[in-house]
Amino acid sequence: MGKTIVEKIFAEHLVDVPFEDTQVIKLDAVFCHEITTPIAINDLVARGLDRVFDPDKIKAVIDHVTPAKDSKTATQGKILRDWARRHNIKDFFDIGRNGVCHALFPEKGFVRPGYTVIMGDSHTCTHGAFGAFAAGVGTTDLAVGILKGVCAFRTPQTMKVNITGKLQKGVYAKDLILSIISRIGVNGATGKVMEFTGDVVEELSMEARMTMCNMAVEAGGTCGICAPDMTTVEYLWPFIKDEFSSKEEALTQYSRYCADADAVYAETVEIDASEIVPMSTFGYKPDQVRPVSEMKGTAIDQVYIGSCTNGRIEDLRAAADVLKGKKIHDSIRAIVSPASPAIYAQALEEGIIKIFMDAGFCVTNPTCGACLGMSNGVLADGEVCVSTTNRNFSGRMGKGGMVHLVSPATAAASAISGQLDTAQ
Amino acid sequence: MKNFSGKVLFLDRDDINTDEIIPARYLTENSKEALQPYLLEDLEMTGFDPRQDIAGKAAIVTRDNFGCGSSREHAPWALEVNNINIVIGVGFARIFRQNMYNCGLMAVQLPSDTIEQLFARFAGKDTTVTTDFEKRKLVFSAGDQVEELEFELGGFDKALVEAGGWIGYADEKY
Repeated sequence: MGKTIVEKIFAEHLVDVPFEDTQVIKLDAVFCHEITTPIAINDLVARGLDRVFDPDKIKAVIDHVTPAKDSKTATQGKILRDWARRHNIKDFFDIGRNGVCHALFPEKGFVRPGYTVIMGDSHTCTHGAFGAFAAGVGTTDLAVGILKGVCAFRTPQTMKVNITGKLQKGVYAKDLILSIISRIGVNGATGKVMEFTGDVVEELSMEARMTMCNMAVEAGGTCGICAPDMTTVEYLWPFIKDEFSSKEEALTQYSRYCADADAVYAETVEIDASEIVPMSTFGYKPDQVRPVSEMKGTAIDQVYIGSCTNGRIEDLRAAADVLKGKKIHDSIRAIVSPASPAIYAQALEEGIIKIFMDAGFCVTNPTCGACLGMSNGVLADGEVCVSTTNRNFSGRMGKGGMVHLVSPATAAASAISGQLDTAQ
Repeated sequence: MKNFSGKVLFLDRDDINTDEIIPARYLTENSKEALQPYLLEDLEMTGFDPRQDIAGKAAIVTRDNFGCGSSREHAPWALEVNNINIVIGVGFARIFRQNMYNCGLMAVQLPSDTIEQLFARFAGKDTTVTTDFEKRKLVFSAGDQVEELEFELGGFDKALVEAGGWIGYADEKY
C-alpha cells in the first residue's frame, strides 16, 4: 500500500508508538515566539528542567507584539531573549531583525522537504508548503519539544485537495483557500493533513503555497502540505547549494517525500479553480465566504495588509499594482505591515513602499499585532476591517469589531473605494 | 488525578473558538491564574453571562468543534483555573483536544444524538455530572432526571490524565 506525504515523513521520524493510534516523532525544528514560549520556559524552569534538546534546531523570534507595547509584552520578550542567550540559541531574532514567524523562518531556509516542525502557534501549518510536516501545538507540547525534541500525534490521515483548471486573472491563492474552506467547513479537515495537489498547485509560487497551507487550520487541518518540486528547490537553493551537486539532484532527493501513486486518502476533494472569483468572508467563521461581487458596497473603517497569510513580497506587489497612482478613500484608514525585514527592504527597493505611502497607507514594522487585536491596528467596537489576515472570529482584531478576510488585491481595491470592492 | 465531577455549564453552539474561550488581549499574562476572570469573556450567546454562569461549574457540555482556532493553551488553563477540568462535546479541534490531555484535563467525545439528548433533558436545569474515570462512565443528574453514559478514552489520553500531563510522562520516557 502506498503512502501519502505525511505518512512518509512520519515513517522516517518515528520514535515510538506508545499506544495504538499514537505516534511519537522526532523533530527537525522547534519554532518559538514570545506569546506561547515564555510560559513553557517558566514551567520547565519550575520543574528543574531548564534544558534544550538541541540549540541549533530551535529558532526563536519576538513577533506578536513588537516593539513591546507595555510592561507585560516587554517581559514576554525578555523571558524569550534571556532564555535564547542562556541556551546559546543562535537563531534568535530580536527587534530590528524580527518578522512574522511564518514569513521569517521560511526565508531563512529553516524548513526543508521532509522536515518535522512544531511551534506554539496554530499557523505553523504554513511550512507544509515546503513538503514538510509542520503543526501548531500548545505550550505543553512545545515544552516537551524544547526539552526532548519529540512530539506525539495521532496517526495522521490525509485529505487530498486536488485543484485543477486555471486561476482567472485577479484571483489569488487567498481566494482559492477561502473557497476550499467554504466548501469543506471549519471542521472539514479536523485531524487530517490537507495535501494540495493538481496543476494549479504546481504552478503556484512558494509564497502562494504558503498562503494556502497557512489557512489549512481554519478548516481544522493539522497541516497543509504541497509536494516538493523544482519551485521548492529554486526557493531553497541559496541554503542547500552546498548539500547537492545540482538542483536536479536536490529534486531527486526530495522527491522521495512525494505521495505514492497508490497512496490511500481518507477523503478527496476536487476543486475547479476556473470557477473561483475574488472571495471575502462575511460572518465570524472562516467558512462563511461569498464572492466579493455580492458584497460590494459593504461599509468599512480600516484596511489591513499583512500577516503570515498575506504579508509577503508577492502580496505587497499585488496590492501595489492596484494602488499605483491612486489614493485611499477619505472615509477610511489603511495599514500595511511587510511581514519581515527582507520583505520590507525589497518593497522599498521596488518602490512599493512609496506607492503605499503616496496612497495614504500607514506603513508599520513587521509584526503580527493587528491580526489578533494586540497592537498596531486594533479595531474599536462596531468597526469593520477588510483584512488579508486569516481569522474573522468575533472580536479577533478588537472587541466588537468585524473582519472581512480577502486577498491583498481586494484589500487594496477596497481601500480606494472606501468599501468592499474587487480589483477586477 | 484531577476532579472531573460537579455542576455542568451548557454551551449550545458549534465551533466555539479559542478567541471566545480566552481573548488574545489576555495572552500577555505570564501566569495561568491571571486568566481566571476572563474565561469565555467574548462568547456572545443569548442567555449566557460569563460573570454569572461560570461560577461554581466544574464541567462544560457543548456541541461540535469546540476549541477551534488558535493553539493557545491559555484556553485549557482558563478552564482549569476556574475548576473546570472536563469538557464534553461532539468533537474538538485537534490542538485544543491535545492541550486538554497534555494538562491532565479531559475532552470527552460523545455521539451527536447523545449530546442532543443531554441538551434536551438537562440544559437550563441545575445539572451535576459524576465521572467514573476507571469505569469510563458519566452520570448526569438534575432533580429526578438521571442519565448514565459510557465514554471512550484512548490509551494515550488515559496515560496523560493519570500522569497529570505530558511533561511528566515524556520526561520519564524519552
